[in-house]
Parts: sequence; structure tokens; C-alpha cells
Amino acid sequence: MKLFPAAIDWRAPRTLVAVFVLITLLLLPLLMTGDSGSFYVKFITRVMIYALAAIGLNFILGFGGMVSLGHAMYVMLGAYAVAIPAQHGIVSGWAHLGIALVATAVLAAVIGAVALRTTGIAFIMITLAFAQMLFFGAVSLKDYGGDDGLTLAARSDFALFDLSSNGSLYYVTLFCVVLALYLSWRAVLSPFGLVLRGSKSNTRRAAALGHPVFRYQLVAYVASALACAVAGVLLANLTQFASPAYGAWTLSGELIVIVILGGLGTVFGPLIGAILLLSLEEILPMLVELTLPDYKSNWMLLLGAFIFIIALVLKRGVFGSLSASSATHRKGDKQ
Amino acid sequence: MTTQLALSQILNGLQLGVLLFLLAAGLTLVFGIMSFVNLAHGSLFMLGAYFGAAAFAKTDSFLVGVFAAVVGAGAVGLLLDRFALTKLYERDHLDQVLATFGLILFFNELIRIIWGPGSIFMQVPDALSQTVNMFGISYPSYRIAIIGVGLLVALGLYLLIQKTRVGMLIRAGATHPAMVASLGVNIKWLNTLVFALGAALAGLAGVMAGPIISVQPGMGEPVLILTLVVIIIGGLGSIRGAFYAALIVGVVDTLGRAFMPTIMRGIFERNTADAAGPALASMLIYLLMAAVLALKPQGLFPTSAGAVR
Amino acid sequence: MSALVTQNLVKRFGGVTATDNVTLSVEPGELHAIIGPNGAGKSTLIGQLAGEIAPDSGSVALFGETVTALQVHQRAKRGLARTYQITQLAKDFTALDNVLLAVNARATHNFRFWRNAHDDSIAVDRALAALNTVGLSAQKNTPVATLAHGEQRQLEIAMALATEPKLLLLDEPLAGMSQGEATAMIALLKSLKGRYPMLLVEHDMDAVFSLADRVSVLVYGRIIATDLPANIRSNPEVRAAYLGDEVAA
Repeated sequence: MKLFPAAIDWRAPRTLVAVFVLITLLLLPLLMTGDSGSFYVKFITRVMIYALAAIGLNFILGFGGMVSLGHAMYVMLGAYAVAIPAQHGIVSGWAHLGIALVATAVLAAVIGAVALRTTGIAFIMITLAFAQMLFFGAVSLKDYGGDDGLTLAARSDFALFDLSSNGSLYYVTLFCVVLALYLSWRAVLSPFGLVLRGSKSNTRRAAALGHPVFRYQLVAYVASALACAVAGVLLANLTQFASPAYGAWTLSGELIVIVILGGLGTVFGPLIGAILLLSLEEILPMLVELTLPDYKSNWMLLLGAFIFIIALVLKRGVFGSLSASSATHRKGDKQ
Repeated sequence: MTTQLALSQILNGLQLGVLLFLLAAGLTLVFGIMSFVNLAHGSLFMLGAYFGAAAFAKTDSFLVGVFAAVVGAGAVGLLLDRFALTKLYERDHLDQVLATFGLILFFNELIRIIWGPGSIFMQVPDALSQTVNMFGISYPSYRIAIIGVGLLVALGLYLLIQKTRVGMLIRAGATHPAMVASLGVNIKWLNTLVFALGAALAGLAGVMAGPIISVQPGMGEPVLILTLVVIIIGGLGSIRGAFYAALIVGVVDTLGRAFMPTIMRGIFERNTADAAGPALASMLIYLLMAAVLALKPQGLFPTSAGAVR
Repeated sequence: MSALVTQNLVKRFGGVTATDNVTLSVEPGELHAIIGPNGAGKSTLIGQLAGEIAPDSGSVALFGETVTALQVHQRAKRGLARTYQITQLAKDFTALDNVLLAVNARATHNFRFWRNAHDDSIAVDRALAALNTVGLSAQKNTPVATLAHGEQRQLEIAMALATEPKLLLLDEPLAGMSQGEATAMIALLKSLKGRYPMLLVEHDMDAVFSLADRVSVLVYGRIIATDLPANIRSNPEVRAAYLGDEVAA
């Protein structure tokens, strides 16, 4: 069996960037030591967690054309699947992961089945509304911290490997990201992906050919929610905390920004987008503090303007603008 | 006592409902005629509240405050339409969502820079600071005034849309934009008018809500999401749908929060009820939305605009 | 058994009756053409046959099975394939991927997530064969957006054929074609004739009269005549209602 689902053009700009980023991520913790090193290791872990959620979102947004503005709810669900059992003394990471996956699959199947009855703008609004429902549901869980959230005494216990060090959590997260990239790459090119992309491109035709489009969309929706749930499990472990804020609709918005910034409909784009957006969110406050110290807490103004401009001018995203082929002419290739 | 409580809660629900209608009317019209998703509609609500509060504080006249809110929010809407959003009308919904998401962050931060991060206080106008006695309950006259103003605006919109030439064009634009263009009507001008009208109504809602909710950065988002629920239930693009759905959502949400915990206690054990009651109450309107969609995916009053896009 | 039978189909939009009590059939091996002036309700009729529009009353049957309540994809699975008056292609796909999407519609399901769809050589060969039938082999790797209009129309047919249909619904396959493209398309349709029962909706009278075994004339949603092409040409009611001077001259 072939390791990769398609032939790789090793000298294409996209391939070079992807390989460079992955190798850098693999080596980074070895280069970073001491207190500031630990800060950066945790920061990049967070970047990769956002990337994982965005890879999930990209699967339906970039390849299925479903604009979900509520995917943060599955991140929140994953985080609570760690924190609530932990509060009751269940510390096994496998139990946390299992609960997160099962709960998310059930919820996403129900929400997806309702939301996919609509398309376009109504789908956007409905996914947002369901995410708010879950958000307010979490806020009202007074036994589990309500608005304030829940603190974890310790990270999940996975028995086989120890998550208590930041380094091991980093590599577990990296493994999840690489696995998600690999699986989504295969799925996008598979017969399933062909139908999913076809129904994005022309839903009416896909149905007229005999494809039950709704079923494919629903399966893709649930799969993408599962990636977000795993991201939530990791996020709760990173911060040792779970709160309704993880399901805030602004996070759903940020996930969309990440996908677009990286390159809609490219498998690797979300990782690039997460690196760019989260770095920007670190750098902007510093820049503002250097130039206009009085306004250092107002850097979000620039972020808002930045996102607005991206929406206007960035058609293919950063990774999406790179050529997928080493030949000089550009092909409509996928990677 | 319970009847009286229920009555005053129903009035609270109506008052929330008419505020939601003021927001939903603009949003649903903009969607219907331009197929544009404006997440920043809540920001116009927030701007209205701030403009109104500032003008009220400065002049001591609530009417001036209302005027400032309506004109100010309308003007911001006009500028947004002319200079920022025109390019987005032709784009797909994803770009629209992203751009207006950026605008929300922008406006929230702008407000923080100008008025500070905390909430600012807005008084109930003196003339409306008493309570009135009716149906055996005493109810704040300011809240009665909100309901009155909301219903008047609804009536005004109805007359505008059903009885005037502009209204005819708006109706036609929502269902047959190509036809309106072929009549030689300047669609851009019509778009701007609708957008500014929607913004002014959002500003009106903001200033009227000012004295009863806290005026602070980010106050637009929870309201925006309720408004989205309203226009989904009502049927995208339908003003009539928005009106009924706004009242339904306002009343259901208010009554749910007031009585759901008590009702739950009648069914479940106290512990379960106390935990689940508030949760269920806050989720009630979303469940209502899901139920409506399960039965009528196009909302209660489907328009062809909603069916096409 | 008839490939397609409709009984008393009725569809109203507001006050307009777009389909008025339409009863028609397509027999095995037959090419049945429907002609009618603009606004006669041809597209509405096709929509009801394919399942995109629900009729107000009446029934549709495919090969003896009533399918009125079935969805679009369920009717397609029963062997109904259609083309569109305005091309409906996956625009960001290549020509080959469009046809491959059609070939894969024949599979029981496509919940296969692992192997590259292009590594399924049986499916790819079928897709290539369909491209070959319509004369698009050389353009297999061309993105649809850069195909010429006539080529997009040919691809429409290739996609329909690739689903291995038992019945073809062709909605104005000659629409917007140049003279040369139209001649090639008519030749293609002739070569398909007899292999599939076909319902052809078309404006081009020469094409219809040279291809059809039977012709139905649709005016204001009603079928005013169904007959052999020669009889349709001389039917006074048809001439008055539709053909007018065009044939008389």
C-alpha cells in the first residue's frame, strides 16, 4: 500500500513550505529551554490545537462548502469532556477522549441533521445559534463553575504516556495535527472526498447524478466536529481549565479566519493560518505598546481591521497562493 | 399574585420582542434585498446606545438622545454601505461573514477607546420614570413607552412597505432584483436607503434599550444572535415574519427564564430542577428555532429570496 | 413496459398553471421529443420528472414503478439521467473529475475514505470511455471553467451517460451552440438513439424532426398533440398554436 494518496512533487513551493514547517515543529522543543522556552512551547502547542480545530472546520468549509459559524462549541464540548469527569474523579485520558468523541458525534449528528436542512446564509446563522445555545447551557451549569469555568487539578492520565510535562503534551498535539492532516488529505482525494467536493461545486448536479448529498454532508460535518472535540481535549489539558469561553462565537469566527488566511480548500492551509493568526495576536499588542503605549490594550482594533481587509483582498490565502507544482505554470492541483 | 407576575412578565417579553423587531427588520431587509449577511448589525445597536447616552448626558434631553442615536447610527450605516461594504455585496457569504466579524472587533475596540472599557450609565428620562397601574399591576411607564414606540415603528414600516412606491420597490427587490433593475431604478440607491434605514432602526433600539440594559462594549453581540434567531424563525427576508417571530422569541425567552425553574421543580427533584431549569430556560428559544426548522426549513413566512439563496 | 409514464401532472405557481394535466410516455428505445414556445412549461415539466419540483397532483412512473414521492437522487439511482438547459457542472473540477463523479454515482455508496478516487482504474476507465463517446478525450485534464461552451454541453451528455442510465432526459442540449457544434451534437444524439429511451426537449425544429420518433407539443403547460413527426408538421392545430409561418413558408 502506498504511504501517500497521491504522487508528491517534492520541489513544489507548497511541498517545500509544508515540509519545512513540519520539521521545524518537530525540532522546536529541542531548541527551546528555560522559562522563555517553556512559554514558547506552550504557545506553539496552543497554535497547533487551533490548527487541529481549523483542519476539522476546513474539511467542511473548504471542501464541502458548509460555512459553520459554530464549531467552537465542539472545542468547548471536548474541554468539558475532560473537566467534568475529572471533577468526579475520573482521570483517565482515554475515558476523557472517549466521552468527548461519543458526546460530540451524537450532538453533531443531531445539530447537523437540523442545520443541513438549510443552506447558505441560514446554515451560517443556525450553526451560530446552536453554538450560543451550548454556550449558555454551559454558563448555567452552576455545579461545574458556570461562567467561571472549571479548573483541572492535573492533566489527563493516558497511562501509556505522561502528559504532565509541556514537552510531551506538545508532541502529542503535534502527532494529532499530523494525523489529522494525513487523514483529511486521504479523505479529500478519496471517492468520499470527490462526492463532497462535487456537492460543494454543484449540489444540484451531484444529487441529479444519484448522490445522496445530505448523507455525505452530514458524515463530513460529524467528522469535522470530532477533530474540534480532540482539539478541545488537548486545550483543556494545556490550560488545565475548561470554560464556556472556549465555545464563544468569537472563537468560531477566529477558526474561519484561520482557514481563510491559510488557504480555503488546501489540506495544509489551516496549520499555516493558525501560525499566522496566533502570532499576529501576540505581535500586534507588542507593536502597539512600542508605538502608542496608551492604547496597548486596544490592539484588537487593528486585528478587526486586518480581518476585514483579509476578507476583501485575500482570495486564495497564504498557503493557497503558493504553487502546488514545481513547473512554472500553475495547475489547479490539490495538496 | 401569580397572574399579576405572569402579566408583567408577558409585558417584559413584549418589550424585548419589539426591540428585537427593530433590529430584525433592518437585518432581514438587508438580507432580502442584497443577500448580505451583516454580523455588524449588533454594532450599530451598540453605537446607537452610546450616541444616545452621550447626547442625553450632554443636553439632558432624552429626545435629543433618541435623535442622535437614530441619525448617528443611520449615518454610520450609510458610510459603511457606501465606502466599506459595496464590494462585499457581490461576494459569497463566507467573505461577508469574515468582513463583518472584523468590523465587530473594530467597533467594540473603537468604543473602548472613546468611552472606556466599563459600562456607562443611562438614566430613564424623568417624564417616564414613574409606574403606571393597569390590569391590577404597576408597570414602569418607560417600558410601556418602548412597546408603544416599537409597535408604532412596525406600523410605520408596514405602511412604508405596503403603501408607498419605495416600499413597492423594496418588496420587488427582495424577490425579483433583476426586474427592479430593469425598471431603471438605481439599485445602489435603493440598497443604501435600506441599509441606512436598518442601521437607524438598530440605533433606535440601542438608545431605547440603553436605560434598561447596561451600555458597554460588546453589548451588541448577544442581541445580534437573538436577532438572527428571530429572522431565521420568521423566514429570511420577511418583515412580517420578523415581527411575529420577534414577539414570539421575546415572550418565550422572558417567560422561560421567569417560570422554567418553577415548572421544572414541579416535575423533577429539587436538585435536578435547580441544575437543569436555568440551563433549559436559556436554551429554550434555540430549541424553538430547531423545532420550527424541523417543520418549516424556510421559516414561518418563507420568501422566495430565502428559497433562492 | 414504458420507460417513463406521467399521469395527469399538474403544477401551479400562484395563478399560473405551468403544467396542465400532462400525460405522456416514453417507450423502450424511443426518442420522444417535446417542443413548445418559450414559457410553455418545458423546464417545469422536466423538473417534475427529475424530482426537483413536486407536482401538485398526478404521478410519475419509471419502468412501472411510481416515483412521484422519491427525491432527485433516488430517481437517479433508478436509472434516470438528465442534462440541463443551463450547464450544471462542477466548475472547479477537470472534465475527467466531473465524469468520475458521475461514474461513482453508480456505486452502492461512496463512504470510502482511504484510496485516491483516481486509483480506482475501473471507474477511471469508464469515465474515459464516456469522454471518448462525446469526443472530449483530449480535454480530460482541462478544468471545466476553461472549456468552450460547446465542450461543456458535450460534457453534460458524458456525465449523463457515465451514470449508465436506463432513460435520458435531455433539456435543450443544443442551447447556445454554434452551427458546427450543433451538427456534431445532433450526430452524437443520433448515435445514442436506440441505445437509450430518451425524452428530448428542444427548440431546434430541424433537430427535433430529424431525431424524434414521436413529438409532443406543449403550449401553456398543456400537451395539444402527440404524434409522428410528419403528422405533427401537418397538424393544423399545432401549426396555428405554435409552428405558425415557420413551417407554412
